Parts: sequence; C-alpha cells; structure tokens
Amino acid sequence: MTTAVDAGEEPAVDADAGWRRLSPRMLAVHPVMELRRLIFPLIAVLIGFRSDDGADGGWWALGIGGIGIALGFLRYFTTSFRITPAHVQVRRGLVRRRTLTVPRDRIRTVDVTSNVLHRIFGLAQVTVGTGQTDKKNDGVKLDGLSAAAAENLHRELLHRPPAEAAPGTGSVVPPPAAATPETVLAALRPAWVRYGPFTLSGLVAIGVVFGIGSRLVNESHVDLAKIGLVHDSTVYLRERPLPVAILLVSAAVVMFTAIASTSGYILTFWNFRLSRHRSGTLHVRRGLLTTRSTTIEERRLRGVELSEPLLLRAVGGARVLAIATGLRVGRGADRGGSVLLPPAPRGVAVDVAGRVIGDADPLTVALIRHGPRARLRRFTRAGTAGLVVILIALAFVLLAGAPWWTFWTAPAVLPLGALLAQDRAASLGHALTGDWLVSRHGSLVRRRYVLRTDAVIGWNIATSVFQRRAGLTTLVATTAGGQQHYAVPDVPAAEAIRTARAAVPGLLEQFLAD
Amino acid sequence: MTVDVVRLRPPMHRVSPRARWYWTAKAAVLWTVLLVPQVIWWFADGDGARLPHLIVGAGWLVLAAVHLAVMPQWRYRVHRWEATDTAVYTQTGWLSQERRIAPISRVQTVDSERGPIEQLFKLANVTVTTASAAGPLKIQGLAVADADQLVADLTTRVGQTVGDAT
Repeated sequence: MTTAVDAGEEPAVDADAGWRRLSPRMLAVHPVMELRRLIFPLIAVLIGFRSDDGADGGWWALGIGGIGIALGFLRYFTTSFRITPAHVQVRRGLVRRRTLTVPRDRIRTVDVTSNVLHRIFGLAQVTVGTGQTDKKNDGVKLDGLSAAAAENLHRELLHRPPAEAAPGTGSVVPPPAAATPETVLAALRPAWVRYGPFTLSGLVAIGVVFGIGSRLVNESHVDLAKIGLVHDSTVYLRERPLPVAILLVSAAVVMFTAIASTSGYILTFWNFRLSRHRSGTLHVRRGLLTTRSTTIEERRLRGVELSEPLLLRAVGGARVLAIATGLRVGRGADRGGSVLLPPAPRGVAVDVAGRVIGDADPLTVALIRHGPRARLRRFTRAGTAGLVVILIALAFVLLAGAPWWTFWTAPAVLPLGALLAQDRAASLGHALTGDWLVSRHGSLVRRRYVLRTDAVIGWNIATSVFQRRAGLTTLVATTAGGQQHYAVPDVPAAEAIRTARAAVPGLLEQFLAD
Repeated sequence: MTVDVVRLRPPMHRVSPRARWYWTAKAAVLWTVLLVPQVIWWFADGDGARLPHLIVGAGWLVLAAVHLAVMPQWRYRVHRWEATDTAVYTQTGWLSQERRIAPISRVQTVDSERGPIEQLFKLANVTVTTASAAGPLKIQGLAVADADQLVADLTTRVGQTVGDAT
C-alpha cells in the first residue's frame, strides 16, 4: 500500500505555493447543491404567486434559481486549499476572503463523505475535525475532491507514523515491512437489517415529512379534504367506532415507522465496516447512497458506550458508540462520527466493543448493584411524575373543560411508571475492572459506559436533598471526550468514594475524613 | 463516623462572610424581576377581580422572604474550597449540594471575575476549568485578595505540570 501523493493530481507542496483547487467536476455538483438548498424558497415563491395573481412566480423562481447556480459556480473558483508540513489551509469567499488555518497536529478526525451526486461524478467531501465538539464550522471542510485525491489526503493527514511528521516533503514514505495494515473488527451482515424497524429512527422521518407536508398545505391553501385519498380515508375512519379507528391509525403509523426505520438503517449502514489500521487509527466506512468514512485516532479514544434502546433491547440488539476526544457526540442513529457498530446482535456488539478497547472484561463483568434505596428512589420518582400527570389531567378537566374520561384514564400512567422504575432499577450498576470504569443506567435507552480511568479528569459528587436522606449520591466522572461527563447515579455514598479512590489513586486521599 | 466507612471531609476554607450579602442581593434582583409580570398583569387586567392578584402577590412575598432569609445563610454554611499541591476541591449548593475535585495536572485555565454585584461587596469569583466541558470548579464570594492569591498559586502550580491535560 503506497501513500505517496500522485503528482498529476496533487502538485508538490512547499512553504509558499502549492495552493490546490477542488476537482473541476464540482462545477457540475455545486449548482445542484445550491438549488437543493433553495428548494423551499423556490416552492414557496411558485405556490405563493400562483394563488395570488398570475403566473409571475415562475420568473421569480427562475431568477432565484439562476442566482443559486451562479453562486454554485463561484464557489469552485473562490475555494482553494493547501497542505504544508505544519498546517492545512483553506481559502474561500468572494467578497470576504477568508483563510482558515488548522495546525496538523490538532487534526483529530478525518471524515470522507460522498452523497449520490458526489458519487456520480466520482467526488468526495473531506472534513477535517479539530476536536471542538459540536460546533458549526468546526474545522476544515473541502467539498469536492476527486475520490482518489480525497483518499490520498486522508492518508496524508492521519496515517503517518509520528516520526515522519516533521520533514517537509508533505508525502509519506511507505511503511516498511507492512504485515497486515488493516484488521477488520466488524462488517455488516445483511441479516442485521432485521434490527432496523426497532431503531425508531423512522419516527423522526415521519415527523419531518409531516412537518413539511403541513407547511406546504398551509402555504398553498390546498383543502386536504378535497383530495380523494385523504377524503375517502377520513370518511372510512369516521364510520368505524373510535377504538377501531385508533387501532387502524396506530397500525398505519407503526407500519410506516418500521418501513422508514428499515430504509434508514439500510441507507446509513449498508457496507458498514469497522477496521483497525496499524498506524493506530480506527476506520469506519458506511452508507448505501451517501458513503461516509470516518477515521478516529486510537490515542483519542477514551472508551466505548454500549447503547440499548428499549425496543432494540427487547429483540436482543445493541449498538456501540465511541467515546473519544474531538469526536462529535452522535444524535440519533447516524449523526456524528461516533458509531462503531450499528444496531446488531448484542453478542456481536459486546465482542466488537471489547476488541475496540482491547479488553473484553468491562463489557461482561458483573456490576455492583446500587441497593434497595436506589431502587426505591426510582419508584418514588416514577410515582411523582405519574401524580403530576394526573394532576395536570385534573386541571384540564376543571379549568379547560376537557371531558372527565381524560382524568379517569390518567392513572394508567402509574403502572407504566412502575414498570419503567422496575427496569431502571434493574439497569443501575457500576464496576471498576482493570483500567476501566463501567457504569450502566437507563431504561428507555439503557447505556453501559466504559471509560478508561486515566481519562477521568475530575469528579463531581452531587447530592440532592432526597439523595442525602437516602444516603445516596451521584458520582460523575468528567472527561474530555464524548459527552464530557459520565455519571454513576444514586450510588451509596461510601461506595462512591471507594470507586472514585480506586479509579484515580492519590487524588481523594488528602480530602478524606479521619 | 464508624471506622469502616470512608467519607470525604468538607474543604478547608469558607468563603468570605460578605458572600451572604452577595447571594441575598443576587436573589433579590431575581425576585424583583419576577415582580414585573405581576405589575403588568395588575394594570392590564384593569377591572377584573383583585383577589387572584392578591393571592399571587402573597405567594410571591412568602416565597421571596423565605428564600432570602434561608438561602444565603445555608449557602454560606455549605460553600467551601480548598487548593492543595495536587488538587482543587470545592463544595457548593444548598438544597442540592455538589463537591467537585479536579487534579491540578488536568487544570487548563484559571479565571477570576468580578461582576457588578460582586464589586459592590468587594468580592470575586474564581473558575477553574479542565478539558471537560462538564467540570468547571467555581468558587463564588471570595474576598478579592484571597481570589488574587488563589489565582496566583494555582497558575504557578498548573505551570509546573506537563502534558495537554486531556
């Protein structure tokens, strides 16, 4: 495997010159992307004008679209970048010229993404992450390198032995005596798609479609009841008794969610592959239409998270996320780059997580339970929440004139709350094994955090009034990676101190009571 | 204190006694702000019954009085801090309390700040941050001289440690 820079594609880099451009094929992609960004204003203009007076909206839309396309062309001509031995620099902007400089030793992740358009033209977008978590415009984004150039750049930036970081050639000598440069830790099996319906990611999609749909309907003043399909189905539902109608609607929602979630799973995780590169990086590739490839330096890895949302847990599935500095915390199933394994059988997830951190113990070790008082607290909290719901229902009945059955059905939340509390109590636990702090909690999403103890950079020991009376406390390990803080909730006070002392020796001793 | 139960002792130093007045003033500002919507409601609802206004007003008065009487004293008994050669240790809160411990070797910045109310009472606060967004240690209500001393001490100690503290 050679990592040398292709001379034709990417000229040699020296200190003064060496500014490169994006691939000229982006001239075809940028305008389309701009148009896509303008799609809502365009639709609004078209619809708005049609319903008001004449057909002038078409001209307006054409004008806006034209400007969008022109801007897209300009983006190619105004963007250039270069890579020097010490920095990555990007110049962009037409009126305000801006040069973004990132020191190469601050580069923590390199993302290579290609959406459908990119792939048609053989292009890719490279995002260089510098570790400022969750900020927009974080790092450097190069939209539109040829796929080969992106791959080269990616290697150039991350896969270099530390010793070779200094010399000014900008290219990397092929590593000597390469055994197997990459070990595959996990690859998607098509059978895992069966977990797709249980991820609920489709609910979000349905929400988005519903939101956009209702906005369009509002703006265009279309009377939904006049559309044949909608009309017929509402009439059909009205003719059924209420419980049947509710059942039918729920069944439809469940079906659509399942279909949307499964397609989401396939789109996001098709061809998923997690591998470990010999130079000390983890490599994630995935995606059916939009492909995405993320590289995480292993020395930035602080631990892993085994996450089991309730539905997924019910069918024996789990997913694995990385806890690493400079890596955005994932939201939902596919946001951010921290996914190490998509929803997969629990056994596989445990195995993969164990291999990522190089120690299977933290994921299988029996946890220390938090005892009856922590358990009782789960129930009192669920009970309190249930009571609040009932009181709100009562207030609605008395003040807003809601029918009385809302109040009579409200207590149904109590047994549900009890079930939830039972499960939450069963989840609670922590352990300290080898160099790893393990904490598990949650029911709707049960998470097991495995955090390296030397990644703990402080302790927060929080105690509420109710916790004080129960002799419990919440031990929070703060860290520079992932969610920044990982809690061990409602642990007996003495056990919290014992854990904290054992995890970070020498820190708490000076503050102990005699 | 049984033998086998290990527990943390509170940090060594109290904050300045003037901090009680600082907390009182801060809370008073908050309660005054909460009075504004009530006044607006009183005038906007020109000819309605006055009873609901009085009930809300009485509730506001009782809560504000209790909060202002209890909170600063309670906080003063809780808020403590300590900085050793290897760690910073704080205790804050009143109803809910929190102890935070950060090793000096992981400290990234040491900040001192004086807001308008703090200047009024000749106080300053010191914030010690680590590489984690979740772990700043904040010491409110220090006498200015103490705060300056603490910042100077911590800065020296932090300067002696190596590494990027993540």
